[in-house]
Amino acid sequence: MERIETDIAIIGAGPVGLFAVFEAGLLKMRCHLIDALPQIGGQLTEIYPKKPIYDIPGLPEINAQDLVENLRQQIAPFKPTFTLGERVDGLTRQADGSFILTTSDATTVHCKVVVIAGGLGCFEPRKPEIQDLERYEGRGVSYMIKDPETFRNKRVVIAGGGDSALDWTIYLSGVAEKVTLIHRNESFRGAPDSAEKVFLLAREGKIDLMLATNLQAVQGNGVLNAVAFTDRNKQPGQIDADYLIPLFGLSPRLGPIAGWGLSLDKNAIQVNTLDYATNVSGVYAIGDINTYPGKLKLILCGFHEAALMAQSAFKFVYPDQKLSFKYTTVNGVNAF
Amino acid sequence: MITFQVQDRQGDRRTIEVPEDINLTLMEVLKASDYPVLATCGGMALCATCHVEVQQGHAHLGPPTDAEGDMIDTLPNATHTSRLACQIRIGGHLENALFILME
Repeated sequence: MERIETDIAIIGAGPVGLFAVFEAGLLKMRCHLIDALPQIGGQLTEIYPKKPIYDIPGLPEINAQDLVENLRQQIAPFKPTFTLGERVDGLTRQADGSFILTTSDATTVHCKVVVIAGGLGCFEPRKPEIQDLERYEGRGVSYMIKDPETFRNKRVVIAGGGDSALDWTIYLSGVAEKVTLIHRNESFRGAPDSAEKVFLLAREGKIDLMLATNLQAVQGNGVLNAVAFTDRNKQPGQIDADYLIPLFGLSPRLGPIAGWGLSLDKNAIQVNTLDYATNVSGVYAIGDINTYPGKLKLILCGFHEAALMAQSAFKFVYPDQKLSFKYTTVNGVNAF
Repeated sequence: MITFQVQDRQGDRRTIEVPEDINLTLMEVLKASDYPVLATCGGMALCATCHVEVQQGHAHLGPPTDAEGDMIDTLPNATHTSRLACQIRIGGHLENALFILME
């Protein structure tokens, strides 16, 4: 359990969160970045590292990963610190107006200003639309496999057709008493090797493979005991099961931030374009996660938002000082 | 102008008319028409919040790219005519199509 002290806590270490360190650093404000992903760069690193970006001012073409590396170098003089691979769960305000953020691993960050640069939000499991499904979460229904031993000698139904559905079917076939894989289609788009193995396991009778089959319902008495489906002929059926593991990929959601009392509009945080402040004093939102009239989800717009945010955040970090704006061409970049 | 129909999750159906050369995706037109399409990823076939079922006119669309097909394959409520609106460019081939919003 780590405890961190900083001026500004930045949630999200994508390009906009990283550049915010630079703009804050020019005003002598220290930053700590927190990201649910295990590395910096956000979408750029996670989703399209090799893709060229053409609309960064002054850079006719740059690979996403190279832009992240450049930003890392640009902010290095301001010695940012990082908590990576942890999701921010809680935000509480202290009596003196400062904030304490807590993460999924119980790290706490004490700061004067919170900047949400969360991009798409955090990626959470996509849930099938099945009545009462949520009632069985933790009582037989789980969307991820943390400890495969949980399933030893149990009857497991996996639903889905992607790589993770295939991989876990193969793995759990050697652990569970019985594994049934339910997939909507006749074939798998996942890795051909994995698909072949699944078909082989089915031919050998080591798993039950139900193609062209759709999940319909979960059944049980407080705890899951069966999964209902419709087969390729639209005929209903059911499988006795101790566990249902729907593996339908991850979908970006706002996550715990949605419960912080911020004004939201369609999964985005509403801000004032004067300084990109949210409705909660001392909390700002910049980059893809915010919304305002005319919002464009562009990295360059996020950079602009970071600059204006920093000018405004100064009053929370140095309430007794007057802010005087200085150009880097005149003043240089004074490292910490 | 081309016209097609959109049905929202409440079952309300509306006719949409747009210039053929508007150079937008269906997702962008849906957003501009005030449908509650989140389009969280901004059109990169990553979030599937613009998932639509093409009930009429599916044959005119051409096959999805691998990225789109892979994403659709992970969706629990996908059908054989599911597509991501962000990957469908507006054009004459959408004339008389019917899109059902799935998210």
